[in-house]
Amino acid sequence: MSAERVPVRFYQVGSFAVGNRLVSADRRNAQSDPQRANSLTSGHRACAGCGEALGARYALDAATRVTNGQLVAVNATGCLEVFSTPYPETSWQLPWLHSLFANSPSVATGVAAGLRSLGKSEVRVIAQGGDGGTADIGMGALSGMFERNDDVLYICYDNEAYMNTGVQRSSATPGAARTATTDVVGEHPGNVFGTGKFVPAIAMAHEIPYVATASVADLFDLETKVERAMSMRGARYLHILVPCPLGWGSASSDTIRLSRLAEETGLFPVFEAENGELTGSRTIRHRVPVEDYLRLQRRFSHLFTRDGAVKDEATVARIQAIADRNIRRYRLSEDDS
Amino acid sequence: MSDDLPFAITLPVGSSLANKTGNWRVERPVYVERQPPCTTVCPASEDVQRWLFHAEEGDYESAWRGIMEKNPLPAVMGRACFHPCESSCNRAQLDEAVGINAVERFLGDRALEAGWSIPVTAPPSGRKILIIGSGPAGLSAAYFLRLEGHDVTIYESASLPGGMMRYGIPAYRLPRDVVDAEIARLVDMGVVIETDHPVDDAMGAMEDGGFDAVVVAVGAQKGRHFDIPSGDASKVMDAVSMLRDFEAGDEPILGRRVIIYGGGDTAMDAARSATRLGAREAIVVYRRTRDRMPAHDEEVADALAEGVQMRWLTTIRSADSDRVMVERMSLDDNGVAVGTGEYDELEADSLVLALGQDTDLGLLESVDGVDLHDGMILVDEHQRTGRPGVFASGDAASIGVGDRTLTGAIGQGRAAARAVSAYLRGTEPESDPPADPASFDRINAWYYSDADRTMRPRLEAARRRSTFDEVVGGLTADDALFEARRCLSCGNCFECDNCFGVCPDNAVIKLGTGAGYEFNYDYCKGCGICVSECPCGAIDLVPEQR
Repeated sequence: MSAERVPVRFYQVGSFAVGNRLVSADRRNAQSDPQRANSLTSGHRACAGCGEALGARYALDAATRVTNGQLVAVNATGCLEVFSTPYPETSWQLPWLHSLFANSPSVATGVAAGLRSLGKSEVRVIAQGGDGGTADIGMGALSGMFERNDDVLYICYDNEAYMNTGVQRSSATPGAARTATTDVVGEHPGNVFGTGKFVPAIAMAHEIPYVATASVADLFDLETKVERAMSMRGARYLHILVPCPLGWGSASSDTIRLSRLAEETGLFPVFEAENGELTGSRTIRHRVPVEDYLRLQRRFSHLFTRDGAVKDEATVARIQAIADRNIRRYRLSEDDS
Repeated sequence: MSDDLPFAITLPVGSSLANKTGNWRVERPVYVERQPPCTTVCPASEDVQRWLFHAEEGDYESAWRGIMEKNPLPAVMGRACFHPCESSCNRAQLDEAVGINAVERFLGDRALEAGWSIPVTAPPSGRKILIIGSGPAGLSAAYFLRLEGHDVTIYESASLPGGMMRYGIPAYRLPRDVVDAEIARLVDMGVVIETDHPVDDAMGAMEDGGFDAVVVAVGAQKGRHFDIPSGDASKVMDAVSMLRDFEAGDEPILGRRVIIYGGGDTAMDAARSATRLGAREAIVVYRRTRDRMPAHDEEVADALAEGVQMRWLTTIRSADSDRVMVERMSLDDNGVAVGTGEYDELEADSLVLALGQDTDLGLLESVDGVDLHDGMILVDEHQRTGRPGVFASGDAASIGVGDRTLTGAIGQGRAAARAVSAYLRGTEPESDPPADPASFDRINAWYYSDADRTMRPRLEAARRRSTFDEVVGGLTADDALFEARRCLSCGNCFECDNCFGVCPDNAVIKLGTGAGYEFNYDYCKGCGICVSECPCGAIDLVPEQR
């Protein structure tokens, strides 16, 4: 994973911060470069502290850099599309195309096919969407793109619900989370457990060349995965966790902290897989209990008392069990790897 | 409406840059500079973090010059300072404190090897300053006054300069060649030191030499005695005299069993020196408990490691030629030691009293305006006595700035120099400006690599018992670099690019190496991610003014 970069001896902030004056420029994150592409430029209308805006810039800047700007992006309907392109303005600094909610994998397939027939196969194609456009509405088109092994990198920015239309549940919404359609009522308040799907596992089941997960809390890891994906041809899938202050009910300043906690609890496994096999995992650095992550979010506030003590111990234990299972399944602990 | 627009397109593509999202903001981030705890507690006000910053890049000369802005004796302080900077270091709450003292010593030694010097760039002022005493306070005052272009002369009563650095601190803690080399650097800058020049009348000396001002820094050289009933044959001496005699070449005859009475650093120095002078047993007798000993923990630990014995809660009642009578004590509810009436006899060939020191104030007796109180020269926070042109620093003075340590003396010397220059200009001296603290709760610890402190190699306790060789070794260049890079840079930007990278709105402008960043308030929405993700707490979020 990020160990592909040169391991640092000891440089104050090591490889955790974006840049580091003590190491040469080629060993810093690309985001530390004042000449970075800024694929999604200022003036976009994402909420303050939007994780998706950050994730999209990180991923597309990295892809722009490794393709020397020979890149086209196809966007599904969703927050990312709406906040970046209120007609006639756009924030995108690369060729960008939006058609419908469900069809971005198919449109991207067509763009790639068209470029190939024009003899421009050096121009690479990325399709992107939120968890709604990916896991629910575009699932069929995405599965088709995977099974045909079309030459597209599909990036899902997962904020775990339909945030653009007012925070409705998606099949990526976690158990117990409150949304506009999973209210905090009844015996099991919030979203029910045992439903939904984890798209990276579905992508792996298609045995496509490359599947990876990443988060906005680990920039080195994210950039390395985009570079790896762009070094390959065929269908590739990258799933990035992007906290949403609006839908999660979190402080706008906590976006990266929440990403980090999602990784460090084990609730969001960060790994990569090639041809359906797990090839690497990001090990947890300082493991923390899930309540540290849940407590910062109003969508889980019914699990806690007003002063932050755990109220619904059974549900918190159930979420902890999911984290523990992820740690075993995706080898997130150094002891298990 | 342009004719070259594509089919069915009615408006040309606009940029979102037209949309100034900064007007959404209710709070704004601002870069701040806060004072790290190492600087706050340093009795010499060293900008530790600022010089470590250079050391992190391997720029040791700039780092050394950074130390020299506040302290003219880095190689000495890198050995003899009790480093309160490390006790207060925020990194201690993460793993272990940064080994600031070891890095300082490394830089000090590197400067001596390389022969780095500080040029006097100020034009000659034509003013003559007299400094009485060449200990750390006097040398510090001399250095800072010399940098201002004044002619500086030090009168030293002993035959070699250095004061307590030479005659008080044992050589195993502070080798004399280091003291000599750092003093030689000051002499090369033009500081004149006249040794064997005792002063018994400060005002007279000032007048005779035509000096414009005088800084009295004679230290506290007289060991305090205490009335203990003792037989004629008993061998009682004070620790300061013992250490001084030894340094002057008069090896004191202590015998095989030595009792040291007192609980301060001088007591530890005396006990550890006694074992090196052949005493088979050195026993420190202190009337209260270990946690109440004024000696620094490190000194106590080193003494114990070298086989020095301690008898806490014990006082000495009488001394004879081969034994002392001690009484066991207990602490009452207020922590005051009271006798229990239980007595005990200890065999002893000699008794060393380490009960504090006094200053010989004869040189300022009955000088108009100079207040002597409790054996000290009374000074204000600028080291000024009540008489214009007369200043005092170090152990001879009441505490103006800092504390009663070697490092405190350096700080007091600098404060005195600043006050002298202000006096000569006819202005009020400036104080260091107050600063907001950079506390640990502002640190985002995630971003720092995990690393333990590099321990200074120590000589085996068995080996150091018999020699006055230096006990604490130095860092290698690699270790010094590693240690410097453990600094968290609390409260001050060190250009990690995090704010620039984590902004979802590209609203941070990177100004280039050394110039830092600024916010683009046209687009900053005030989300505060940069504030939370700043490793060192150098950004505040403040309410937007409307």
